[in-house]
Amino acid sequence: MLHNLAQLPRYRGLIQSLVARELKARYRGSVLGFFWSFINPLLLLLVYTFVFTFVMPGSNDVRVRPYALFMFCGILPWTWFSTSLLESSGVLIAGGNLIKKVLFPAEVLPIVTVLANMIHFFFGLVILAGFLVYYRRPLHLSELAVFPLVVLIQLVLTTGFALLLSALTVHFRDIRDILSNLMTFWFFGTPIIYPYFLFGDATWQAKILRLNPFTHLAITYQEILFFEGPVGHLKWLLVLGALSIAFFLFGYWVFDRLRDSFAEEV
Amino acid sequence: MDPSSAPSSVLRPPASSGARPAIEVARASKIYRRFTHRKQFATLKSALLTRSLIKNLRADETFTALNDVSLTVPKGRTLGVIGRNGSGKSTLLKLVAGITKPSTGSVRVDGRVSALIELGAGFHPEISGRENVFINGIMLGLTKREVARRFDEIVEFAEMQEFIDAPVKTYSSGMYMRLGFAVAIHVDPEVLLVDEVLAVGDEGFTHKCLDKFAEFKRRGKTILLVTHSLGLVERFCDEALWLDAGRIKGSGDPKRIVGAYLTDIEQREEHELAVGDAKARESASAAIVSPDEPASAVLPDNPVETATGPADMFRATEGRWGSREVEITEVTLAGADGQAGHVFHSGDPMDVRIRMRAPLAVDDFVVGIGIFNAEGVCCYGTNTSIAELVAERLNGDAEATFAIASLDLVEGTYKLDVAIHKLDGYPYDYHRLLYTFRVKSRAKDVGIYRPRHEWRFSGDVKFKDARR
Repeated sequence: MLHNLAQLPRYRGLIQSLVARELKARYRGSVLGFFWSFINPLLLLLVYTFVFTFVMPGSNDVRVRPYALFMFCGILPWTWFSTSLLESSGVLIAGGNLIKKVLFPAEVLPIVTVLANMIHFFFGLVILAGFLVYYRRPLHLSELAVFPLVVLIQLVLTTGFALLLSALTVHFRDIRDILSNLMTFWFFGTPIIYPYFLFGDATWQAKILRLNPFTHLAITYQEILFFEGPVGHLKWLLVLGALSIAFFLFGYWVFDRLRDSFAEEV
Repeated sequence: MDPSSAPSSVLRPPASSGARPAIEVARASKIYRRFTHRKQFATLKSALLTRSLIKNLRADETFTALNDVSLTVPKGRTLGVIGRNGSGKSTLLKLVAGITKPSTGSVRVDGRVSALIELGAGFHPEISGRENVFINGIMLGLTKREVARRFDEIVEFAEMQEFIDAPVKTYSSGMYMRLGFAVAIHVDPEVLLVDEVLAVGDEGFTHKCLDKFAEFKRRGKTILLVTHSLGLVERFCDEALWLDAGRIKGSGDPKRIVGAYLTDIEQREEHELAVGDAKARESASAAIVSPDEPASAVLPDNPVETATGPADMFRATEGRWGSREVEITEVTLAGADGQAGHVFHSGDPMDVRIRMRAPLAVDDFVVGIGIFNAEGVCCYGTNTSIAELVAERLNGDAEATFAIASLDLVEGTYKLDVAIHKLDGYPYDYHRLLYTFRVKSRAKDVGIYRPRHEWRFSGDVKFKDARR
């Protein structure tokens, strides 16, 4: 396993060009093409703004206003996470031709999925940054310094999940169907559309929320981008970072164990 | 001749040089798992509930695609792998390519491998041929710069200059394959694995591919070629390997192995024809046919019938009819050795032995025979009356042999009519297309009849024998 893992940097060029292909191919044939990567999050944010300004004004805590912006801070990374998982669950089956007919490092496929979605996340961030400036949210350099760390941790965690799911789905196709429902459930179990401090630290809801790894990512994103004051969640984030590395290794281990079966099962 | 009895250099490392062979497969087996229906549709839930998640990932029913295969291909040699469908050829190639791992045994390959198993695997339909060439090249192990350097050559080889910037989904299947082939061949591998990919593309492109292979050979690269084109193996390969049901059935000199393989195919066909004929006769005997109605379908000895007869005759399918006052009890075909068989070589002698029985003596009878090809064209028909033999007596058991000195037919499947009838055409026992035989030939000539012939030349004409 470690030997294979060490080979991974050698596929840099391959991963790079596959991610580029993924991004190019996605909007090929549409008139606006590449701009959809910006327009999509922009439209999403505008819809939320419309709903929470005109349709349901004042339906939420005053501390999380403008609410659409608060929500967007959590939804952008969540979209990266959930889309990566959903797409990677089918990626080995979709790429069956490569695995069966070409000597091809299969782990590249889920990794490419995660990275391509990360690029989309970055495009969304550009839109988000525009709105943050527009609403004059307090952004501090010391806070922004944490941003690469949280992105990195999310990348490691997401890749771990992607490897695990892509490998298991080859044997259990039903994962694909279960997963979309599971992700909806997971979404509501994460403080994205509601703030974490809605519950006191000692409540059972907070205890459960803390078990959810994405809670810590969402809170950190919100603290950096939305709330004032220093990032108070750093300790949790570092613990999550360590666990994410462990989980990535676990995911890779499962993937590696099942690797030889891919060519026969997909 | 048992091809496996002779030791061959494929199975032995070359004694001459101490260099490492390019491909070394040692006692490799590949066992595929087959899932029963229940297992196949097992869900994650049930797997979790019964705690069989890991157990389900193990084999419960297996299929051995390759069984204890060992081979060594020295550097710079070309090995052709032949065998029937499902004999494990492609599995062997995938093992050597490293796409799958052997269940037991080991596979070692020295140098960069390029496998032409499926051309253009991994092409993305939405993006242009140019971008696909780059990505495909990188997938096959080149760096971006290496692809860039070979790009023009690849496009030129694929004859795709005009369309290289169009999305791949707009390509014809031939263009797709050509581009895939061009990329794979320009990876410049030490070891090239080819799986029956020459069937793509037109004649011209196939020649180009063969030229490229020849160039590879000249440059001392190792080639493993899986193909059904036996001629290619004979002409192109240094050695041949014959796989049958996952085992090596023979290896060594291509001509010898191809010959042995062809003999084996004939034997199988022989068996299949025998079974098929038996079935046809069974169903023909079961069918009740009026002796009067198909009386027009007689052999062309009757001038009245032939006027209208042939049309019916060509339409008629296999069957049996007649009054059975004389019965054909058995028809066998035999070759030069006197052994009954169904497969003959063009130009060989063939005997048609007709056993018949007349419970009551008859004096008005004609024994006839007709040979038809697969399209139903009568190749030849005659009978004893045409041969100006006047029947005098047939009583009890008897046998007639129609001895053909030389079966001058081109390759194909032929069917026989065998009949005994009265001089006026009244059928005693008519067997319509109930006997099948196959004519084999190494020559790919066309038509029905192959006259004995040779080519002679005079003047300033020169030929070279392509078969060497």
